Amino acid sequence: MEKLLISPSPHVRSGASTQKIMRDVLIALTPAELLAILVYGWSEILLLVVGVTACVLFEWAITKWMLGKPSTIGDLSAAVTGLLLVMNLPSSTPWWIAVIGALFAIGVAKMSFGGLGQNLFNPAIAARVFLLISFPQQMTDWTATPGFIHATDAISGATLLGVYGEGGMEALTAAGYPTNHRLFFDIGGSVGEISAGLLLLGFIYLLCRKVVKIWIPLSIIGTVALIAGIFYTVNPAVYTGAVFNIMSGGLLLGAFFMATDYVTSPMSAWGGVVYGIGIGVIVMMIRYFGSYPEGMSFAILIMNCAVPLINRAFHSRKYGRA
Amino acid sequence: MPKITFPIGGVHPHDSKFAADRPIEVLPLPPVAYVSMAQHLGAPAKPVVAVGDAVKVGQVIAEPGGFISAFVHSPVSGTVKSIAPRKDLAGNMVPHIEIAVEGDEWAEGIDLSDTLVTAIPDDPAAIIEKIKACGIVGLGGATFPTHVKLAPPPGKKAECLILNGTECEPYLTSDYRIMLERPKEILIGAALMQKALGGCRAVVGIEENKPEAVKVMRAAIAELGLPQIEVAVLKKKYPQGGEKQLIAAVMRREVKSGALPIDAGAVVQNVGTSLAVYEAVQKNKPLITNVLTVTGKMLPAERQHNYLYRIGMPLSFIIEQAGGVPEGAVKLVSGGPMMGKAIANPDAATVKGSSSVLYLGAEDTVRKEATACIRCGRCADACPMGLEPFLLNRLCKAGDLEALEANAMQDCIECGCCIYSCPANIPLLDRFRIAKGQVIGAIRARAAAQKQ
Repeated sequence: MEKLLISPSPHVRSGASTQKIMRDVLIALTPAELLAILVYGWSEILLLVVGVTACVLFEWAITKWMLGKPSTIGDLSAAVTGLLLVMNLPSSTPWWIAVIGALFAIGVAKMSFGGLGQNLFNPAIAARVFLLISFPQQMTDWTATPGFIHATDAISGATLLGVYGEGGMEALTAAGYPTNHRLFFDIGGSVGEISAGLLLLGFIYLLCRKVVKIWIPLSIIGTVALIAGIFYTVNPAVYTGAVFNIMSGGLLLGAFFMATDYVTSPMSAWGGVVYGIGIGVIVMMIRYFGSYPEGMSFAILIMNCAVPLINRAFHSRKYGRA
Repeated sequence: MPKITFPIGGVHPHDSKFAADRPIEVLPLPPVAYVSMAQHLGAPAKPVVAVGDAVKVGQVIAEPGGFISAFVHSPVSGTVKSIAPRKDLAGNMVPHIEIAVEGDEWAEGIDLSDTLVTAIPDDPAAIIEKIKACGIVGLGGATFPTHVKLAPPPGKKAECLILNGTECEPYLTSDYRIMLERPKEILIGAALMQKALGGCRAVVGIEENKPEAVKVMRAAIAELGLPQIEVAVLKKKYPQGGEKQLIAAVMRREVKSGALPIDAGAVVQNVGTSLAVYEAVQKNKPLITNVLTVTGKMLPAERQHNYLYRIGMPLSFIIEQAGGVPEGAVKLVSGGPMMGKAIANPDAATVKGSSSVLYLGAEDTVRKEATACIRCGRCADACPMGLEPFLLNRLCKAGDLEALEANAMQDCIECGCCIYSCPANIPLLDRFRIAKGQVIGAIRARAAAQKQ
């Protein structure tokens, strides 16, 4: 041996890497996305390929030509953003809208803030909201595209939350509420809402892999259940119930995979609880009293803004400083 | 009994105790020994021999250079060749006494027999005096002079002596081997320290990955009839052997920031130190030998070793005795992989606190390029002091000393859990070492200014 390697301790590492973490998130989202492909067919495959490719390409192009820095696409974070974006779109979305969404997510929400780790807003949600405002018609066209398996009778028009938002409880009851929701299979709505059960499965995988912690989703779901439970108990003729609200409008997709985004959520467990409660309160206020039927995206974006303040208020418990 | 551990943070590296089943072997004498004058925490020792003097094994060759300092004894017999600066393992120049080895003649009064001396002297002061005279320092890593730790300042009383047998660093097995091979000596050493501290309970903390050691130590306690000593089985978690963490695990008590363990009623000593105390007080043998592990993932079982070495033996001599640096080793570490020091100079001499020669391969130890912080919070989850490394890292870059102090930078114990767990390979602790020094400097400067 000619030369000795010298560096300060520690001399070994756990082997964790950003790429492995992002890969785990991709794996966790795969079951729900696969079911979506079966149900929504070729148009979903097209959206998936276009959305993910566009996100990765935009990140590559921006780092190479605008920032002049080494490429960061290997960390897979752009791919995660792409997949989440696609899962937040209706299957009937034209492919070019996905490209615009990808440009907004990567170019505006992520890279203009300084890239991975610096962004204030979750890029996929920011893009979804941008698209919702820019292309309201296409973004709320819930016509189920033809899939590879027969998925009950094709639903067109509005989601149940949409029906409720338009016509209140009466219209919702006419549409079959409250028996319309099933744990493992549900169509109508964004692609990622297809199966609460498979989303839960993916989330449990992330918990087992210690990629995310349970506090944020738990406090979101708990808050939604509490608020909806109270309102429903007080006046079931006007307000929708807890299970309905938890199972619809991308609440689980948001709670499990978007609100838990490391970069845009609080660092401490208690901060996470406050953040989760905030999301739960805002989403229910939007659904009951606001003009948008779903509200999860807005709730997360609004609470994203509060994260720097929450981080100031909540710190970890330090040894010997009680 | 449920297994206990410290409450905040910690990581679980693979324990890699490849040398655990290898009994302690006695190394032959080297041709030359180089005895460092700075092998303890505190002021360097002052040589009391001159070039040309003949010395015997165990003879005092240097005396304490201050209150926190320690005697140094000759580990070999022979002639003093030089007293001059020599490179330590990091390459820093440190005064050394060079002794050419001639025979192996021991100083008068040192009991070299295996006879177990169980009678505990009555006078605590005499025990502490003996420990001081034999140059005993903490062998758990910090090499703090033991006699200082055993004499708490007035008004402070030890409630519990914690014997550190956790050996939570991966790879190291020397503490494990002495617990298996010399349990009674270690326990009598503990009883001596209990006596010196004025009588207090003692707990031997051993991690669950060493069930044999737990069994052997418990059997030895029963055989010796020491009702005041018990063994606590701890969960395997790094840095369990950190003084503050071990106190929290065993006593369910935290040492306040800036305070000493004794303020929480605790005195922590390594099992190796306890063995040295036994040898000093009962056998009159100064601290001139210790046990170290030669290990590495790339070494076959028969090339893993636990050696009894004479302090002052060059590392290169030990490496040679163990068959040379193995193929694939890119880094040599003295100590464990989490807190040990990289060896820059293999010709450096061993010191009282040497615990290993660890060979690491490129796949384990070569640092990867740092990427962006993804704010995953793993560093904060891992920090056993409850610090927030992601935040401290930003404050370091901003150079905000005030905010660093407010966020407890000075409490960092440099265990390395933050770097260990960072998925973005950010050199957190590298920055923290510098920042911690600056913050402590600022605190001291402020205290000094207030005094005037």
